[in-house]
Amino acid sequence: MPREPSKDDGDLKETELTLGLPGGERKRVFSDTVDLTLGGPKPENPSGSPVSGAGDKPPAAKAQVVGWPPVRSYRKNVLKSCTYVKVAVDGAPYLRKVDLQSYGGYQQLMTALDQMFSCFTIRSCPGESRLVDPVNGTEYVPTYEDREGDWMLVGDVPWKMFIESCKRIRLMKSSEAVNLAPKTPQRSTTAK
Amino acid sequence: MTYFPEEVVEHIIGFLTAHRDRNAVSTVCKAWYRVERLSRRRVFVGNCYAVSPDRVASRFPRLRSLSLKGKPHFADFNLVPQDWGAYAGPWVEAVAGRCPDLEEIRMKRMVVSDECLEMIARTFPGFKALVLVSCEGFSTDGLAAIATHCRFLRVLDLQENEIEDRGPQWLSCFPDSCTSLVSLNFACLKGEVNPSALERLVARCPNLKSLRLNRSVSMDTLYKILVRAPHLVDLGTGSYVMEHPSVEPYMKLVDAFNNCKSVKSLSGFWDVTQHCLPAIYSICSNLTGLNLSYAPAIHGDDLIKLIGHCLKLQRLWVLDCIGDKGLEVVALTCKDLQELRVFPSDPYGAGITDVTERGLVSVSLGCLKLHSVLYFCHQMTNAALITVAKNCPHFTHFRLCILDPKKPDPETLQPLDEGFGAIVRSSKDHLLRLSLSGLLTDRVFLYIGTYAERLEMLSIAFAGESDKGMLHVLNGCKQLKKLEIRDSPFGDGALLKDVEKYETMRSLWMSSCDVTLRGCRELAMKMPRLNVEVINEMDQMEEESLSPSPCEEEQKVEKMYMYRTVAGPRNDAPHFVWTL
Repeated sequence: MPREPSKDDGDLKETELTLGLPGGERKRVFSDTVDLTLGGPKPENPSGSPVSGAGDKPPAAKAQVVGWPPVRSYRKNVLKSCTYVKVAVDGAPYLRKVDLQSYGGYQQLMTALDQMFSCFTIRSCPGESRLVDPVNGTEYVPTYEDREGDWMLVGDVPWKMFIESCKRIRLMKSSEAVNLAPKTPQRSTTAK
Repeated sequence: MTYFPEEVVEHIIGFLTAHRDRNAVSTVCKAWYRVERLSRRRVFVGNCYAVSPDRVASRFPRLRSLSLKGKPHFADFNLVPQDWGAYAGPWVEAVAGRCPDLEEIRMKRMVVSDECLEMIARTFPGFKALVLVSCEGFSTDGLAAIATHCRFLRVLDLQENEIEDRGPQWLSCFPDSCTSLVSLNFACLKGEVNPSALERLVARCPNLKSLRLNRSVSMDTLYKILVRAPHLVDLGTGSYVMEHPSVEPYMKLVDAFNNCKSVKSLSGFWDVTQHCLPAIYSICSNLTGLNLSYAPAIHGDDLIKLIGHCLKLQRLWVLDCIGDKGLEVVALTCKDLQELRVFPSDPYGAGITDVTERGLVSVSLGCLKLHSVLYFCHQMTNAALITVAKNCPHFTHFRLCILDPKKPDPETLQPLDEGFGAIVRSSKDHLLRLSLSGLLTDRVFLYIGTYAERLEMLSIAFAGESDKGMLHVLNGCKQLKKLEIRDSPFGDGALLKDVEKYETMRSLWMSSCDVTLRGCRELAMKMPRLNVEVINEMDQMEEESLSPSPCEEEQKVEKMYMYRTVAGPRNDAPHFVWTL
């Protein structure tokens, strides 16, 4: 049974306007083919409901006064940051965690992932990085779930936007990721 | 009184617990001073620069508990530069040498190094409690030292500190013999902890009452902890995210919460697997405290439904996503509510009105015991404040933050003087702390000076028209201890009118006001027992070219912090702090 990756995520993806690179193409979403949510008693929502969430809000435009409003910086940081995310690797029985804030960009993140799962080496392709298991040659593509519950390719938005929206990371076998982008119109199978 | 033997005096003084009473007793005569000093167990220092650490440590050699406060309150909002000071080091060194009985240290807004924590851990054989609030400068290595060496530790309470994370092993440093923990709060820690070390620690501490987990702790670990420690009274849940949601673990969780009937205070919920929320309903009816102010994932109907179960709440902290509608439910449900804090979920949001004056009015109508409020909102009216004042005449703390500075009453476009005036008038016998916001003229300060007789702390931002405003406060509020002002047109006239007043106060902060360097200098000269510090954040280049010159004397001071002290100018001031 296909499941929704997140509660707020209605079935409006076809028509939904999303943030993308300036002048860029539409966001590559492949939640329809891959489902990492291990499911809960959450009903399917095929008819769609109004999509709500941070993405709807207009961007803050006000000039900021230092120290105003008087909210502790600790509190601001906590509410703002969801930079501490889990990393899963297809086939590996364990999860790791990384603090995205501690990296300066994609390159550093990839290096860290490479070290974390020491069996891999990085292979850089134009526009995309892949991790390779030199033993069997299996390639892994880093993907992530964003705020709206969609699974995206790591690297397809600017780094800052990425650390704000990334909820978790999955290193997916590229053989399974091959038909993920661009998004297919029908919900097909789950890649589990 | 000299005919009392010292033993008798000591016995009598032993009944005095209030700091104020003990201070008074110690000034009666030399004999009483001596008796009091040798029997004093607890010391509170409201400003770590008001007295020298050595003086305190040598006067009270049998000290058991030391409480210290460091940076000015506005440091919370980034108004105090990094490296300003408030170092714990000199204090820890002083008590380490002279107060071997010390077993409790509480610090707020201090810079605490790992070396400090190491020294605490190794020096005091009977050390029992460490409470750090809004502190910085240390890492999990320091915590590891505390865990390793404090064999009788009861309390490790870390509230909203910036702690550098050096891995999860610190928690494993509690030795197997450590069974004395009563309170363990590491909610502010960013990194992971070892779940099995945590479970084992909880399992071997039978007296554990308060446990607040951090975001890294999953619901599966929470479940195991609840099973082992159903007697917890205060619980911070951690992330409240179920790693592999399915029916069976959920039902087990429901059972576990069902057994935790003693939980009175609940917090955490950093991320939340929504459909697991009903698991806590069974304990909601016992709760007196609920802090959802770090739980942006609980909102809308989930939040309202949850609140609907909390009939006995006395203290509620929430984000403004609760909305006016949610606050209405609070008003209908929580008849015992005494303290309400509503924080902004998006402080820089572009004017989305989550809560307004209506929510506050509802709560004041429904919750007649309400006496402490911190309320962030986008707008407020005089009529609403007057109604709130009428409904709740017992405010001890009233802090209202309208997110837009200088925003008038949106219905009448008038300043909010009358509204705040109504609050201070109706709560005149109770009000200790007040924070103002919105459009305000000098009139509001006339009301405050006239009515707020017991006021101890006042925060002013973007308010007033002239020196008169500040003078009303200084003349009127006899109990005022702390006054903090930013972006308000008060100048030297107000500052210098009654300089004696500042010796009755703990501190005065003024930033982006109209006081000049000359004014500050004059104050410093007249009052040698005040430290008048100017924070000058210009970069090095500018600074070198500016040795004080006559024209500069008339320049406005960006930030001035002044406090009473018996220790003289501090010797650890960084280059950007000038003590006048």
